[in-house]
Amino acid sequence: MPTKEVIVLQDLLGTNKKIAAEIRAELEKRGILAVNLMSSPGAGKTTLLEQIAVRLKTEAAMAVIEGDIETERDAERIRAKGVPAWQITTGGACHLEAKMIGRILPAVDPGLDFLFIENVGNLVCPASYELGEHLRCVLLSTPEGDDKPKKYPKAFTTSDVLVLTKADLLPYLPFDIDKVVREALDLNPKLRVFVTSAVTGQGLDELIAFLRHSLEELRHRHA
Amino acid sequence: MHELSIVAGLFETLLEQARAHNAREVTSVRLKVGLLSGIVPELLVSAFDMYKKGTIAENAALDVETVPLGVRCRTCGAESRKEDFILACPACASADLEIVQGTEIFLERIELEIDELAVF
Repeated sequence: MPTKEVIVLQDLLGTNKKIAAEIRAELEKRGILAVNLMSSPGAGKTTLLEQIAVRLKTEAAMAVIEGDIETERDAERIRAKGVPAWQITTGGACHLEAKMIGRILPAVDPGLDFLFIENVGNLVCPASYELGEHLRCVLLSTPEGDDKPKKYPKAFTTSDVLVLTKADLLPYLPFDIDKVVREALDLNPKLRVFVTSAVTGQGLDELIAFLRHSLEELRHRHA
Repeated sequence: MHELSIVAGLFETLLEQARAHNAREVTSVRLKVGLLSGIVPELLVSAFDMYKKGTIAENAALDVETVPLGVRCRTCGAESRKEDFILACPACASADLEIVQGTEIFLERIELEIDELAVF
């Protein structure tokens, strides 16, 4: 039986990248900055979004897309802050993909300033999938330990922002914050680092100022 | 782990290719997987072997080549190959790097058995 070799040269993540690029372009046209939040479960992604919602409430319009394996719990928490939220339940999948965001996009208010996408809690797989975001933000909470950047390098090398959360627990934990920042910057010298606490409010105003600055830059670039 | 969803996408492509070439069977599949792709080659092979049962690629062998990280420095212009994930230029330590290879998951080539009746 004849055998034939076929050179295919196809990027297996190409479809996701293409959809992500379309989403990014559409959001830019509307002047919306999209932020993809990634971390392990329990690092405080939803809590950070609640805190941002409280602080932005009167000054900027935000919405949130929540990714979880199951339940509407996170979307309900965000809605309780008066912020529109859509829940994607992946039913077991360990990450969000661009096509899932694309399905929600038509429902997103074109007058928004910020669209936050909270990825499925997982420090590994979400790093491989672009969702059409302008900023990739990785969270690391102090109880998780200060050894994580080098153990999970992809999440840190592909991010723009590192938010260290639960800084109020630092007095009780053997967490070397200088080591974490140094190792994260070794991996990715362009990373912007914010040390935050949802309990004391530490670092949140600085983070929000950076988000606002990024939004202005985006609108300036696409004016 | 999302190797299975990568493999599901791969099988869509394999079916398309097999159809386009009137193939009876896919006998060999070669992928290139970047060091920074987030994919573990061993798990990809396990997922492939699990998925292929009862498909046109049931007897196919999957061959995975790992591609190192390649960067181009926007400051000094040096091109370097990296075995680690530290995104600083080995020549000038600049952080302004463009990743030119190592993030891809590429289907490079496949081997097909063609139905003789379909070949003229």
